[in-house]
Amino acid sequence: MSLLAEMNQKALTLNIPLSVHLDVTYRCNERCVHCYLDHDDHGEMTTAEIKEILNQLSDAGVFFLTLSGGEVLMRRDFFEIVEHARRLLFNVKMKTNGVMIREPEARRIRELGVEQVQISLYSHRPEIHDAITKLPGSFKRTVQAIRFLKSQGLKVVIANVLMASNLFDNTGVMALAKDLNVPYTLDPTVSPKMDGDTSILALRIPASELQQVFRNKELVGNVEEFCAPPPAPGEDIMDGFPCSAGHTACYITPYGDVFPCVQFPLPSGNLRRQKFADIWQHSPQLNEVRSIRARDLPTCSACAHVGTCTRCPGLAFMEGNMRGPSTADCEKSFQRTGIPSANMLHKNRTSFPLIQIQSIA
Amino acid sequence: MRRRRKLIAEKYIARSSAIAARLIGGEMMIMSAVDSTFFTLNEIATLIWQAADGRTPLSAIVTDKICPEFEVDPGQARRDAEQFINDLCQHGILTMSDQPINAPEAQ
Repeated sequence: MSLLAEMNQKALTLNIPLSVHLDVTYRCNERCVHCYLDHDDHGEMTTAEIKEILNQLSDAGVFFLTLSGGEVLMRRDFFEIVEHARRLLFNVKMKTNGVMIREPEARRIRELGVEQVQISLYSHRPEIHDAITKLPGSFKRTVQAIRFLKSQGLKVVIANVLMASNLFDNTGVMALAKDLNVPYTLDPTVSPKMDGDTSILALRIPASELQQVFRNKELVGNVEEFCAPPPAPGEDIMDGFPCSAGHTACYITPYGDVFPCVQFPLPSGNLRRQKFADIWQHSPQLNEVRSIRARDLPTCSACAHVGTCTRCPGLAFMEGNMRGPSTADCEKSFQRTGIPSANMLHKNRTSFPLIQIQSIA
Repeated sequence: MRRRRKLIAEKYIARSSAIAARLIGGEMMIMSAVDSTFFTLNEIATLIWQAADGRTPLSAIVTDKICPEFEVDPGQARRDAEQFINDLCQHGILTMSDQPINAPEAQ
């Protein structure tokens, strides 16, 4: 077991929130077509409020702090916030579109000891990227930002969200990432909006296209292993929980609301009215999330994929039941292995014959 | 009679600012921002780390903090501490000098 895995296990045992994702603003200079946020400012936390929350997070044992948004640099006090976070010795990662990063900002980020900068880039073609961000010239500025950050010796990661509109640009972005000498991550998940609006799910790539993604060895490594049929789940799997949300991680909105995860908008408390430690330890919502084990999931516990599925409890929650399946992940498991999930079989028994006959030739 | 010259030069240690650190269940968890190396310190090492303010001499850290707390031989404790400090210095997590160091505020 790696040192980090050991610390994760220790944090879990001691009920310590090792990682917190804090969105410092929902305001943004881009209007990405797939974004799940409302960009109006409904009274985001002040500098003093955020600093006080950082103090509380430090006291609670938080080690990994991800600062995100919205666009983090829309806050004029962003560097003051980072400076305070670093003084408290957090491991700070930031997510940005890079549009507002020039040489001085890149230098400041390096001076503050930010561990990693994740930058969203949706295509290697300016017209496609700009059409997604709805900000003309954003591609050029984002790529320039990556160069500024790299020239400071910072760790930069390109994050791409795969949608129908940039489906065929995946390899182009990967090549650009290689040219820029930065790692590349790809996420084929488009999430519903925070208010439950699911209209943007229409932007998701066709399920069948996932097969191509899952068979790209540059993305998944060992394809045979990645796409292998799931092994029979043992007791440890059935006693396990799906992810760190609410267990060793949580999310804080610019308004001080605490959720189990950015993708799991279950209101669990508000830092303008309560202390972080009180919410983390006593929130009935977080405690409910923590109580759920794989064996408690009515459909998924009987699914062949229960041990290997990327089931997101937040997406399940947004579908109406945090104990239910997340259909996007059912689709991923199916496209990855060719084996339908219990949820898919339950929904449409006629689509998947019990015996599949294939030609020998 | 001429006084014997002190054989061991005094040393001062300070925590680097290019790290992330947190005390988790009595163990200090540290990550170097330079090379992302991850460390966890045991209780004795954590005590040394917390005392590394750049002003307190290493000998005082060993005799005042380590020895009373863990009931160890001062000579052995000093040798172990120096070994540990050298390791962390190589990773840029601590700095060591024969002069007091201006260091970031203690956690």
